[in-house]
Amino acid sequence: MDYAAGKPVEPRAIEAMLPYMKSSYGNPSSLHVFSQKAKRALEEARTKIAELINAESTESIVFTSGATESNNLAIKGIANRNKDRGTRIITSSVEHMSVVNPVKFLTTKGFEAIFLPVDKFGSLNLENLGKELNDKTALVSIVYANGEIGTIEPIREISKIVHGKNAYLHVDATAACGQIPIDVKSEGIDLLTLSSNDMYGPKGMGALYIKEGIRVEPLLHGGGQERGLRSGTENLPGIVGFGKAAEITKQEMHSNSEGLTKLRDNLIEGLLKPLPYAFLNGHPTKRLPDNVSVRYSFIEGESMLLSLDMMGVFASSGSACTSKTLEPSHVLLAIGLRHEEAHGSLMLTLGKENIQEEVEYVIGLMPGIVKRLRAISPLTPKELKE
Amino acid sequence: MYTEKVMEHFKNPHNLGEIPDADGVGTVGNPVCGDLMTIYIKVKDNRLVDIKFKTFGCGAAIATSSMTTDLAKGKTLEEAMKLSRADVAGSLGGLPPVKMHCSNLAADALHAAIKDYYQKTGREVKK
Repeated sequence: MDYAAGKPVEPRAIEAMLPYMKSSYGNPSSLHVFSQKAKRALEEARTKIAELINAESTESIVFTSGATESNNLAIKGIANRNKDRGTRIITSSVEHMSVVNPVKFLTTKGFEAIFLPVDKFGSLNLENLGKELNDKTALVSIVYANGEIGTIEPIREISKIVHGKNAYLHVDATAACGQIPIDVKSEGIDLLTLSSNDMYGPKGMGALYIKEGIRVEPLLHGGGQERGLRSGTENLPGIVGFGKAAEITKQEMHSNSEGLTKLRDNLIEGLLKPLPYAFLNGHPTKRLPDNVSVRYSFIEGESMLLSLDMMGVFASSGSACTSKTLEPSHVLLAIGLRHEEAHGSLMLTLGKENIQEEVEYVIGLMPGIVKRLRAISPLTPKELKE
Repeated sequence: MYTEKVMEHFKNPHNLGEIPDADGVGTVGNPVCGDLMTIYIKVKDNRLVDIKFKTFGCGAAIATSSMTTDLAKGKTLEEAMKLSRADVAGSLGGLPPVKMHCSNLAADALHAAIKDYYQKTGREVKK
């Protein structure tokens, strides 16, 4: 149950990709007939991505190597190309590192960064957003829904506030794009990051939606592919697979998400109910259908993961002990958890192959694991209050 | 990621628990960092006749605590003071590099427990 870390590629997407590796390997940018088939496939995939998010035209979709590149292109591309609009960039304290780090990087290049706080559920405080927005704000970048705690942000309301000050709104929809319907037009989104693998497409593929008329400086300069915004020969098999995954997502998202939401709620209840000092991270209802994030006091996340791993369950944690930096997740700290609480977090992300029996299996395992680790731990409820 | 030996000690830690009438108690680490361990010792004729631990932390923290108590049990206080983090990690067949500093604190907890015993009994801390 660690689907957020990686998903299997949808078999129908693999089928769609195969011809573009075996026989139709033409370069979409060439002129001969052989390459025209590649060009058509490229544009068909672009159309499917545009349709998924109700983009005004297919030309507003730029293919990238994934969400990290899309976020970098949006943030650095807008900031560098629109200095005349201002040098302030506003984002939240629950963003993915591929938003956090480009924004931090820009502060070394003369830009000013504001990281807005969130409430205990991880929802952005709109009043703060209004206060921090000024005439020098070029860009506001907010995650559609956080991948760690699942909280869905009020994008429509955010958009109204941002556009009231004439700034651009970039939305990182990496975790959300395969699970909840997104409409860039009606929600007022100027730039949107999409990830292929998060909708069961191949890894190493993503896209950035850029509203018509918005100027963005490219990250890669070269042969001028993707209207000059992303040079480099197109990864045609990847693009075709991504397009197919987007088409399937559009058709099947509703029923998949309904099923996932039921599993999610069963799992959350089953993980929390039997144990004292067990809590939910993130919002109880404004939540991604696949996301379960809980925490247990007095024990540490990695030892929970190891215990689950021994029983064949793969999960994830916001604990420092599972990270490269030895710091607990910044998202868990941003929702107000103390370090020792963040260490006790457990994240399970569901996928369309999970079934109720698996949910029940995990629910059955958890009390034993938590009780055993608590028996090993020197911490008690007394320390929790101190 | 972990050796079989580490997993063995994580699954079935040795000498787990507390000693209510311990002769020495040592606590190191901090729950804020994600690792906290307490070691309890019982001393007779200058030897560690009983030793127990409690640990909050990752798999490596639990395994190193268990191994430390195994290595220390029955040793004289002088021998136990010489027991190092490297001895513990070595006996477990090694630890991932990132865990060497943050989670390998049990030898320090043992030394702290022995110093506590020396203090309580008015003896000089021997190196």
